[in-house]
Amino acid sequence: MQENILEVNNLNMHYETLGGEVAAVKDITFHVKKGESFGLVGESGCGKTSVAMSLVQLQADNAKISSGSIKLDGQELIGLSENELRSVRWDGISIVFQGAMNAWNPVIKIGEQIREAIREHYPNNSKLQNIEKIKELFEMVGLDESIIDRFPHELSGGMKQRAVIALALSCNPKLVIADEPTTALDVVIQDQILNEIKKVQDLLGLSLIYISHDIAVIAEMTERMAVMYAGRIVESGPTKNIFSDPKHAYTRALLESTPSVVGEKVKLNSLDGEPPSLIDAEIGCSFSPRCSKPTENCKSGKSEMGLIEVANGHFADKCCVECG
Amino acid sequence: MKKNLIEVKNLEKYFETSAGLFSRKKSTIKAVDGISFEIPFGESLGLVGQSGCGKTTTARALCLLDEKTSGEINFYNTDTKNMESIDNLNEEEMKSFRRNIQMIFQDPYESLNPRWNIKDIILEPLNIHNIGSLSEREDAVVEILKTVGLTPPENYLPRYPHELSGGQRQRVSIARTLIMKPKFVVCDEPTSMLDVSIRISIMDLMLNLAKDLEVSYLYITHDLAVARYMCNRIAVMFNGKIVEIAETEELLKNPIHPYTKRLISSIPVPDPTYERVVYDIDFTELDNIISKDTENIGMVDIGNEHFVATHDVKGIL
Repeated sequence: MQENILEVNNLNMHYETLGGEVAAVKDITFHVKKGESFGLVGESGCGKTSVAMSLVQLQADNAKISSGSIKLDGQELIGLSENELRSVRWDGISIVFQGAMNAWNPVIKIGEQIREAIREHYPNNSKLQNIEKIKELFEMVGLDESIIDRFPHELSGGMKQRAVIALALSCNPKLVIADEPTTALDVVIQDQILNEIKKVQDLLGLSLIYISHDIAVIAEMTERMAVMYAGRIVESGPTKNIFSDPKHAYTRALLESTPSVVGEKVKLNSLDGEPPSLIDAEIGCSFSPRCSKPTENCKSGKSEMGLIEVANGHFADKCCVECG
Repeated sequence: MKKNLIEVKNLEKYFETSAGLFSRKKSTIKAVDGISFEIPFGESLGLVGQSGCGKTTTARALCLLDEKTSGEINFYNTDTKNMESIDNLNEEEMKSFRRNIQMIFQDPYESLNPRWNIKDIILEPLNIHNIGSLSEREDAVVEILKTVGLTPPENYLPRYPHELSGGQRQRVSIARTLIMKPKFVVCDEPTSMLDVSIRISIMDLMLNLAKDLEVSYLYITHDLAVARYMCNRIAVMFNGKIVEIAETEELLKNPIHPYTKRLISSIPVPDPTYERVVYDIDFTELDNIISKDTENIGMVDIGNEHFVATHDVKGIL
């Protein structure tokens, strides 16, 4: 039995806006095992990044975690003080932000920026030790040592993204969250970065949460996954099972709308409509307006949302399982 | 015999750059270096390659947004029923050419004027080309909104771009493009900014419109899976040159050029049981081989209208 490195239970988070409360994360429960990669997939605005931000509690000022628990290696993270959180961030959980490659400070050398992070967490290390560490990290992600003395503008997009991954690994974190790490890159560079992440993961036995809107990338990168829709997890389980036997209508729609270069050319189905506004109170199944065959029960709002286990470790939303 | 809508021969677009503000050294970047292709009526060609390979430069040169350095672009003139070189057009003919060739841009957030409402945005091309009376123009706008699936049109006419979602904005871009009833539309990654679920509906819309309105696309993308869905033929571009061009399924099943193989093998497959084998090549090496080829590389037909560049790539195979 593998130990869980991360356990999230019934997490709720909302943003307080002038228009009302936006419930971005609703009743999220999942866990990540040690050394495993866990995928989080869904369309824009479904709450993927909000979940990631809640895990490290770096969410915007107007965001409030109203209930739930986040346990990292047994330690409860909700309710920690800012100081205690500082030691958890990067040491415990590090994160590769979306578009992080554009977040490098343009006037400071790459090596210096990574050294800053290491210095913060290991104040007793000598400068030489830190530089050795960075060289080691660069070798792992396939960057040349000389990059340490380069400025961000001297690097290509792919190189900057590799350096971001090196930065995320710099304090030996227990868990790395990669939030759309390849979205702005073209296919060949994306392929190289994905390989680099896999290699590093094998090498260090890293636990990884991989967030993406691209279900093909999730298929390749993860062992278990969760599908998010409108702030909720609607299906979760082993990646292979979800692909071979999707239970939720939204998961099926995602799978049917993804083109592929292998196999016979198939007619793809589009998923029309838009996700519901997260400000309005939820009535019944939030997916029913876009569902291809909703029952009376789904539309009337009598159905309740919540995950039930459909097979060993494979969970799906009640409403959809009952419809079949 | 298929009639060609557009023929491009040895198109070149060079940019001059200087090494620095006070440097006299000038160097030339060959962004598009002698490419040739043709698109028959009603067919779509995919132009696939990595960032910086010259896809967008080709598109801009075709739409006359940038002046080409050299080469020929021939367009089928519907009035004279002949292929005509765009270099020989007079002002009047040029206007009609521009009407027939339109472009859809990548980013629907940046390509629509935020201070104009949807009606004005779609009306603008008609005003510029002075087509029809005012009321006819307005009817045309309502009609085209229905065509692209923004119904009921009255709801959309007075709105501003920021009130629409990404998918709706891209529909507005498509409406603005198609209101001119063009024969040829250049699409520069029109779905890469959109969500997966919306992407297919936009792609389906474009495919249906192509059939109904007899439009041909030059579809630019870096994703072969998208190109496969949209195009009859695919041209693979590397560093300003087309290295392989073939019918879509033929290209995917039987890629010859190492770069094509690399591209195909780098697309993630939405199937966790599929073991993808990456065909790795040394890009610097490939670049050396191709750029050493100072004479224009030729294309050889290996059957089934499948053309491959003839430069010597044995070194990296």
